[in-house]
Amino acid sequence: MKSRVLTGLLVAIVIALASAAELTARNDESRIPNPQSRDEATIIHAVNRLTFGPRAGDVDKVRAMGLAAWIDQQLHPERIDDAAAAALLPALEPPPASADPRELRRFARQQIQSLAAEKILRATYSERQLQEVLVDFWFNHFNVYAGKGRTAEYLAEYEREVIRPHVFDRFRDLLEADAKSPAMLFYLDNWLSADPNAAERLAALRNSGFGTRDSKFRFGLRGRRLRPIPNPQSGVAAAAQGAKRKRGLNENYGRELLELHTLGVDGGYTQKDVIEVARAFTGWTIDRDGTFRFVAALHDPGEKVVLGHKVKAGGGIEDGERVLDILAAHPATAHHIAYQLAQRLVADEPPAALVDRAAARFRTTGGDLREVVSTIVTSPEFLTATVRGAKFKTPFTLVVSTMRTTGATVSDARALVQTLQQMGEPLYMCQPPTGYRNTGDAWISAGGLVSRMNFATRIASGNLPGVMLPANPPSADLALRLGSPEFQRF
Amino acid sequence: MNRRVFLKSGAMAMLSLGFAPSFLGRAAAAVGSRRKLLIAIFQRGAVDGLNMIVPHGEADYYRLRPTIAIPRPGGEATGSAIDLDGFFGLHPSMAPLKPLWDNHSLAIVHACGSPDNTRSHFDAQDYMESATPGLKATRDGWLNRYLQVSSEGRNPLRGVALARTMPRSLEGRAPALAIGNVNEFGVRGADAAFEAQYENTSDPLLRAAGGDAFAAMRTLRQAAAMPYRPAAGADYPTTPFGKALAEIARLAKADVGLEVAFTELGNWDHHVNEGSVNGQIATRLAEFSRGLAALAADLGNRMADTVIVTMSEFGRAVAENGNGGTDHGHGNAMMVIGGNVRGGIQGRWPGLGEGHRFEGRDLAVTTDFRDVFTEIVGGHMGVSRDGLSRIFPGYAASSRPGVIGG
Repeated sequence: MKSRVLTGLLVAIVIALASAAELTARNDESRIPNPQSRDEATIIHAVNRLTFGPRAGDVDKVRAMGLAAWIDQQLHPERIDDAAAAALLPALEPPPASADPRELRRFARQQIQSLAAEKILRATYSERQLQEVLVDFWFNHFNVYAGKGRTAEYLAEYEREVIRPHVFDRFRDLLEADAKSPAMLFYLDNWLSADPNAAERLAALRNSGFGTRDSKFRFGLRGRRLRPIPNPQSGVAAAAQGAKRKRGLNENYGRELLELHTLGVDGGYTQKDVIEVARAFTGWTIDRDGTFRFVAALHDPGEKVVLGHKVKAGGGIEDGERVLDILAAHPATAHHIAYQLAQRLVADEPPAALVDRAAARFRTTGGDLREVVSTIVTSPEFLTATVRGAKFKTPFTLVVSTMRTTGATVSDARALVQTLQQMGEPLYMCQPPTGYRNTGDAWISAGGLVSRMNFATRIASGNLPGVMLPANPPSADLALRLGSPEFQRF
Repeated sequence: MNRRVFLKSGAMAMLSLGFAPSFLGRAAAAVGSRRKLLIAIFQRGAVDGLNMIVPHGEADYYRLRPTIAIPRPGGEATGSAIDLDGFFGLHPSMAPLKPLWDNHSLAIVHACGSPDNTRSHFDAQDYMESATPGLKATRDGWLNRYLQVSSEGRNPLRGVALARTMPRSLEGRAPALAIGNVNEFGVRGADAAFEAQYENTSDPLLRAAGGDAFAAMRTLRQAAAMPYRPAAGADYPTTPFGKALAEIARLAKADVGLEVAFTELGNWDHHVNEGSVNGQIATRLAEFSRGLAALAADLGNRMADTVIVTMSEFGRAVAENGNGGTDHGHGNAMMVIGGNVRGGIQGRWPGLGEGHRFEGRDLAVTTDFRDVFTEIVGGHMGVSRDGLSRIFPGYAASSRPGVIGG
């Protein structure tokens, strides 16, 4: 209730700003429509940005409800009944009990396919559209690559429990859930990172009866250890080579945490900060049962200095948590997150004033992501005419918006999963930690347009297995409409 | 030694070793008659240059890499570096490139890299592809700027990336193409109506990209009329990388106007269990080297007019890390291959001793990667000094690494 009042207040402010802007407007382009507007173009624009594209009837529904009320509803997905969409999602195969690398590889391939299909179905049919738009956004922000080792095993849980529940939560909570997720711990190697001096402590631990004598990675009680890592690239049992090595510091997670997840690459950190952060997260690893575990014996207990803040010696798991506090509260993080959300929701180069306001909202609300998103999508800049149709659809958005606009029934999403591979956005298979970009310069190309025209032709001809168009025959020019320059933008 | 004599003696040397260097044999007669071609290959993820081009004469290399160093040549029965000059050696998985070294068409520039010290993959790739290290505002890539400078003609097939999306190196105002493969590049169905939509749109970016798409389709339809058969002896790996290289050769031979080609091979970011003579890096380098050797063999006498250059955003730390891998470092090695290449190790080796390392931990950079690019674009592609200053804005190469010309 409280946030509804707040949103109402924001809307009122926006209206005030909007009318002020209208008074000072010099030309039509900078005219800002009233967010209570029943004007068709305004509604289509808002629906385009906050969903994966309008279905037949969506615009009328939003008009009847009122644009501001609809936006508010999308900001509170828990108020939207989504049982119908949930019922369409096929059950996922649980990870195999067997440690056989071949079985694990088969499972990984299968799981990536199933999850990719699920992602398409959910984006197409969920009523909680803004939530799913943001799940896609945050997954790419905290990207993991399903092709690396055991990441695929942790993938379903990663999206379901780490990303989705937190897209309207405090950023700090999302960040910690991510830092403790087996998917991220594995993908960016932190599960292996250890205090180089931990070997002696480990030996002491072993002598006291923890772990089996010959286990390579001692994490848990009673000799529980991780299964060997299947290596999809070489077929060589990678862990076998690691047997004689002592473990030590790995900077991979520390660096990406600073560069990509929080401060941004210009956020003012140094190589020294990267190392200090990596030291703080030593011992954050994965237990044999695939859950987060802090192993004090692997942790570097010395003092760390991160971005000028002292993390005093003798700490344990709280060292990493303290680093997350420092990063989540840092103004560079507020700006970086605000910029990226505005870039996804408003324009590839979002208006600086809007980014500043969203960053300020981030800081004053302690990183409340619902408030930050709300600030952006109820802003005059969000509705201004110059940003309409300014975004270029990623392949994922194109494919899903095609399903939604045609009212297609997707009984089997495998052909769509394949289409996304061919268009250069294989789901869950983005190797670098940067994730897929959502800006036009990443996707506008002659070759990309050819794939899109071919996809439009196949859909319109009813030629894609698993995808059925509604019974009434599609208009003769459906292929041309779906492959048109206008439909590639939103 | 003049070029003709060099090529012939190189060819003779190879024949005597039992190789069939068709490109060198025929190249002598064909020099200067054809369009110049530049093939850029990006090893994304920062290949470990010290395990690729192994400084086996460095004691520190072995001291700092107790479990992942490549043994000295002849050192181990299980595999060891292939000696090049008594100090450097190739990773044993790179044996397919040894004949190119032996006939002096492989140049290696070690300790090469960026003046910027970033260890971010994203930034370092961005800087290398824009060729403006430290400057993020640069909108286009260096290969695209080559296309802009060298001709006004609007043929999107002058610059082709075998990639699903356009790499930063080829992004920019000059038309260029990113394609998965030659055969699937076409629109089935109402292509004329689609073309009209893109011709008439008021969206300038999509009008340009659409125009390039249809122009390229017409040209490629002819090139793809026949199934492609690589030349005898071109043994491409049956991987996406191998296929991309074969498509580059196909386009080069089809005479569609190709001047710049680009492709990439990822998965070099070996923070954990990098491996040594076996393991992850060995598997990657085997695919990489087999691909390059196949491409050279397939292009045959066209190699006289071709330069292949390999690059990676930065090198990896000199010391192995605590997980049998390597963390992000600084200097790396680039390779340049072609009939017009001055084979050998070029550039200055800074040594791996602690005082010589960059920030105490990484291979220092003694050759700016732009010096290599500049020499290739100038010396091989024939761009004037004025053109070079537009391709590499604000930078005048301080030295010639000496990779082009005999």
